[in-house]
Amino acid sequence: MTALTTAPPVRRPGRGKKLKASTLLERPNFVVYGILIAFILGSAFPFYWSFLVASYDANVFTGDVPLIPGGNFFANASRVVDSIPFWKALGNSVIVSGTVTVSVVLFSSLAGFAFAKLRFRGSKGLMLFVIATLAVPTQLGVIPLFMAMAEFGWSGTLGAVIAPNLVTAFGVFWMRQYIVDAVPNELIEAARMDGCSLLRTFWHVCLPAVRPAAAMLGVFTFMQSWNDFLWPLIVLNPEDPTIQVALEKLQSGYYVDYSLVLAGTTMATVPVLLVFLVLGRQIVAGIMQGAVKG
Amino acid sequence: MTADLTEVPSGRGVEPRPPVRRDTQEHPALPWRDRLTRLDVKFTPYLFIAPFFVLFAVIGLFPLLYTGYVSLFDWELGGDEHPFVGLENYTALLADSQFWNAMFNTISIFVLSSVPQMITAVLLAALLNTALRARTAWRMGVLLPYVASLVALAIIFSNLFGKQYGLINSFLDTVGLSPVDWQGNWFASHVAIATMVNWRWTGYNALIVLAAMQAIPREVHEAALVDGAGAVRRFFSITLPLLRPTIIFVVITSTIGGLQIFTEPKLFDPAGGSGGGFSHQYQTVVLYLYQAGFQDFDLGYASAMAWILFLVVLVIAAANFFLTRRIASTGEAE
Repeated sequence: MTALTTAPPVRRPGRGKKLKASTLLERPNFVVYGILIAFILGSAFPFYWSFLVASYDANVFTGDVPLIPGGNFFANASRVVDSIPFWKALGNSVIVSGTVTVSVVLFSSLAGFAFAKLRFRGSKGLMLFVIATLAVPTQLGVIPLFMAMAEFGWSGTLGAVIAPNLVTAFGVFWMRQYIVDAVPNELIEAARMDGCSLLRTFWHVCLPAVRPAAAMLGVFTFMQSWNDFLWPLIVLNPEDPTIQVALEKLQSGYYVDYSLVLAGTTMATVPVLLVFLVLGRQIVAGIMQGAVKG
Repeated sequence: MTADLTEVPSGRGVEPRPPVRRDTQEHPALPWRDRLTRLDVKFTPYLFIAPFFVLFAVIGLFPLLYTGYVSLFDWELGGDEHPFVGLENYTALLADSQFWNAMFNTISIFVLSSVPQMITAVLLAALLNTALRARTAWRMGVLLPYVASLVALAIIFSNLFGKQYGLINSFLDTVGLSPVDWQGNWFASHVAIATMVNWRWTGYNALIVLAAMQAIPREVHEAALVDGAGAVRRFFSITLPLLRPTIIFVVITSTIGGLQIFTEPKLFDPAGGSGGGFSHQYQTVVLYLYQAGFQDFDLGYASAMAWILFLVVLVIAAANFFLTRRIASTGEAE
């Protein structure tokens, strides 16, 4: 340890990592691993519990619930499909979240590019406006939105859920921050020299360079839209819901059959968990990157 | 940086008759391509930002402002006319004990969730900041709850906190404690709802704190190490003070979300509905807003509620802005 602190100030890149690991970052002992494992088990437990209850029948709570799954899951799953329009709701959620994600990423990248790399009158003031609106709780505007949707006859349609989420101030802010550093000015100038219009410059130079940030924004937007509950609950019909509204419908009532309801939550969670297994590494990186930049 | 691209004069205001420029602009011999480029450079930036600003004005700003307008009327859904009542909705709201109760519940749930959550997140981040094997796997592990949908999560926890057959009460029973009426008791219901919030967000916040920890310059730690400071000492004397801006930032941004909590209390008890329990013991402001607006169809009253909450959030956001700026500037001064 003492030998390492006297290491020469010029660090060779190969050794830097080793140094850091052995001196400043403590070697974790079994206590650290133990606490982390306990935390992650606690994190995973509700998911497992949901599946566990769903694998028994309605009488599961009369005795102690065994910790090994039973064989009733698929029977419950088919009851879920009979009780609520599950597949339709899942499809609706995919359509809504997919449309919202494409729109937010596209418009945020366009505006982010303009704010980061183009000079135009009023750009500073307009960017300040974007930052100021970051904290505005647009969710609280549901009442006029509801009145407007009723006026236009959009109530009950997916368009009514999609429209209020087409852009976010956060998206513009996020993309601008990334584009400032990630797209070299020389590259834009070169494209302009070659006669690219600004739109083609955006499409062929900027977009390929910002793909990681755009993907992150896409993942976060998709998840947020997927989880949205208050507004879809207000504006959609129970017969043609998103998955969140459908799940709520499954639970409401005075007698709740939890083997049925938790089969529904399990079925709605499994696709998200699969996506997380594939994209989790990027999501972690995005959160940590956003923390330092924001 | 990109001034040479744009050719737009950077000075403020229109220059009085720039003869040369005008000349070239109106010169018939100027190739149409160049003119097109000039137009492109001048107007395309506005076209790029227009979709955001136009849409945001229509779907974000206008509804919020119109909420303020609706709040001045006695506006019942389906009513033929809605008379102007001035600030009557506001005076009624400020005299409405159910509203104050909802405000109190919201804040109570927020405090119960943010304080333990922040402490756990910092400790968790410290554990994650060690030289773990398979770092990314651990980070993904703590983030797991974040992917659960709020509705699924609220339903699962409503089952876990069930009064008769809930797992938590049978656990309490096993260790010899008496069961808790998680739905009926106001404090217990706040704890249960805060637990859902904590379960979902602690890992997420731990990753943000971890990122801030890793941004602390190595040299500071090295210097302390040379001076003989151990890991615990360095955590309290270096890491924690330097994390302060991040912690304040996280707390205040989560205030904005926490004030609007809806899904968890809405689904906490299937029998409780939008009232937030039989004596509104866990009804939050947005839940009350939902009940007033979309079950009692009193849109004017609900709008007044939304507008008050909106102002509260704005004040907190403004406080956030000045506080973080101040922290940043004192950080530079040191």
